[in-house]
Amino acid sequence: MGAGHAHALYVHEHSALHHAPPETKVAAVLLFALSVAVTPPRQVWAFAVYAVILAVALVVGRIPLRFFILRLTGALPFILLALMVPLVGSGERVDVGWVTVSRDGLWAAWGIIAKTTLGAGAAIVLVATTEVSRILEGLRTLKAPSVLVSIAGFMVRYLELIADEMSRMRQAMVARGHDARWLWQARPIASASGALFVRAYERGERVHSAMMARGYTGEMPVLERRRATRTQWLVALVAPTVAVVVAVMALVGS
Amino acid sequence: MIPVLEVRGLRFSYPDGREALRGVDLTVAEGERVALLGPNGAGKTTLALHLNGLLRGASGEVLVGGVSLTDDTVTEIRRRVGLVFQDPNDQLFMPTVADDVAFGPANLGVRGRDLDAVVEEALHRVGASDLASRPPHHLSGGEKRLAALATVLAMGPEILVLDEPGSGLDPAGRRTLIETLSVLDVTMVVITHDLPLALELCPRSVVMDGGRVVVDMPTPELLSRPDLLAEHRLELPYGFTLAHD
Amino acid sequence: MAWHQEDELHAPDGFLNAGTAVATGVVSVGTVGAALRQLRQTMSEKVVPVAGITAAFVFAAQMFNFPVAAGTTGHLMGGALAAILLGPHLGALVVTVVVAVQAMFFADGGLTALGYNILNMAIVPAYAGYALFGIFKKLLPAGRGGILGATALASWASVVLSAAAFSIEWLFGATAPIPFTRVFGAMVGIHALIGIGEAVISSIAVGAVLASRPDLVHGAAGVDLRSGRGKVPTRVFVLGGLLVTVVFATVVSQFAADAPDGLERVAQTEGFADQGRDHAWSDFLFADYATRGIEDERMSLAIAGVAGTLITLLVAWGIFRAFRERSPRATG
Repeated sequence: MGAGHAHALYVHEHSALHHAPPETKVAAVLLFALSVAVTPPRQVWAFAVYAVILAVALVVGRIPLRFFILRLTGALPFILLALMVPLVGSGERVDVGWVTVSRDGLWAAWGIIAKTTLGAGAAIVLVATTEVSRILEGLRTLKAPSVLVSIAGFMVRYLELIADEMSRMRQAMVARGHDARWLWQARPIASASGALFVRAYERGERVHSAMMARGYTGEMPVLERRRATRTQWLVALVAPTVAVVVAVMALVGS
Repeated sequence: MIPVLEVRGLRFSYPDGREALRGVDLTVAEGERVALLGPNGAGKTTLALHLNGLLRGASGEVLVGGVSLTDDTVTEIRRRVGLVFQDPNDQLFMPTVADDVAFGPANLGVRGRDLDAVVEEALHRVGASDLASRPPHHLSGGEKRLAALATVLAMGPEILVLDEPGSGLDPAGRRTLIETLSVLDVTMVVITHDLPLALELCPRSVVMDGGRVVVDMPTPELLSRPDLLAEHRLELPYGFTLAHD
Repeated sequence: MAWHQEDELHAPDGFLNAGTAVATGVVSVGTVGAALRQLRQTMSEKVVPVAGITAAFVFAAQMFNFPVAAGTTGHLMGGALAAILLGPHLGALVVTVVVAVQAMFFADGGLTALGYNILNMAIVPAYAGYALFGIFKKLLPAGRGGILGATALASWASVVLSAAAFSIEWLFGATAPIPFTRVFGAMVGIHALIGIGEAVISSIAVGAVLASRPDLVHGAAGVDLRSGRGKVPTRVFVLGGLLVTVVFATVVSQFAADAPDGLERVAQTEGFADQGRDHAWSDFLFADYATRGIEDERMSLAIAGVAGTLITLLVAWGIFRAFRERSPRATG
């Protein structure tokens, strides 16, 4: 469902990945995801290479396998969807066991499953080895629009607070015997959501006041960060470069 | 001696017509610690929001260090008046505490090593140096209060205005807060319902009721006047009486 | 048992081909960029805190399970709701940030899929939803009831339009051999049902905001809220919506049913691959996987054309209206 709290996705460890500058990790993940996305599903060898890269990242980043697999379950809905594709797909049919399925459908399903898993896996590695604040710094360093990064930062900062308010409202309702099972019983929940919107907006106005009180003029102040050195960039880009090369070879060879 | 804070005849009404301040007069000298007491709805928070220009009165004047609050001076006044909000969540909006503490001075143009030094000092003053790299939403209530205090101190204010600093704290958190505040050598106005806190921290008490200042006297004297307390809906905690020397 | 319907639109990496990803990416970046520029003018320093915290609200609201039927739950998409409450630009921006954060921090949706995910989940529902809200508001009696009714209809439609937009993108960028007609029929049909939940929750939520801070409902600006009849009982509302939806879904699924059954048609399709293809350009433009297996290609492409045009017009109308509303919000 993707609703887990961000800090639950972070693994408290010390590893080469954890200490790497965030902008290098973000760039690496983006390049990796790009490579995966453009690779034709029939070039199975390419996906094997990607999987190896991911596995190496797990080892270097000291990310527990069980944790990783657990986080991957978020991708389950699309994997299930993918499994249906061979059954309903058009095109030439083949026999698999006792069913006939679409050949193209099989390849497509494999493609979806592989890309979904690898793409999600890379994002999980990033979040497991990089704190949210650092990821935001990395995005800023990579010249992502500053206002958007700031908004995202505020979003993550206040998410837990608002989610907690929401669940407390829910608890209060349940405690008063409200057990809604059907849509038309959802009125109190929906009303509460409206009330929560008002509170969120009003908090936004208070935070705005606090920012003004500390001299905010509309541009977030420049807080200088340590930049990644050339060596750090070179090290970080080894894996994604391999991925890009693989992708190009796969595209050319298909 | 120019008073650090001077409020003259301040009037203010909210957009819905409610008259919140009906001519407030208040003077605070340098080094003073003043408790601002009063029932809910008396206008204490509203007054606080006027002191750094977040709200502007319909009539009357606010002077900080002799400088009158106007559109031109509001930025400078905001540096001089450090307002600590009732809900620290409203003041801790950056990804880490250190970022939050740096936010104010950075807006004032402080950079690089100077900025690091200012942040370090502010955190040290409140005893929160170990919170620097923590995200604010992972802090406890007491830690948030200290962090919020640090964000304001980093601006180098001449006067601190704290809105209900003790609310929601457990006894240990409250004790830490009082200790931290008592060693800070900054002029202070403390809005509070916590009369023992007011007694411990603030030699002088000002009571607001109905949008005006109605009582202004030494705190011990006020707390030994149950009639005055009752008149303005104030009450010592049950079982507490003032020890008379 | 929680059925996470929002995941159907959080497409993963590589779900649509590169060309589609890039094209939708360009549209998304351009639209959001323009919205952001406009917002910085109208809201100036309020943008970051207000957008950030309302984005947190939208995210939290999307996580919320609301009951649908007998233990199943559903989730709010919130694009139209955000636009009605915050205004179309801010609404689109807020949901964009939510989708982007979900992809980057929660591995929910592919990073390379952000182009179409943002287009489908933020831009289309916010702008088209807002445009429809404006239209319905004019058609319905003025006052509080009209706003809630318009919210319900626009919210329902926004969900359906999101699904339609996704299907049209499938036509261009399919990576699996499922014909466009099937995708369109299934997606639109299912989301017509899902939209009912969205309509009910959104309209009740807006009603609650109207009750305490009507100035915070962008879509209610300038409306006299004292007029308008009382509450429609929710049960009537839901059953009425269900009826409309069943009719709508039946029509649409007929469309999907007319598409050839893959199991039987396979040989014929391969055999007749070259017949009836007088549109060379369609081979070039549309994904082979999406057009292959469609019996009446012209008919289905016509429907894609109509739906696509409708969506584009509504989004454009919404954007146009948003830029025209130069005055800041009542609270701004």
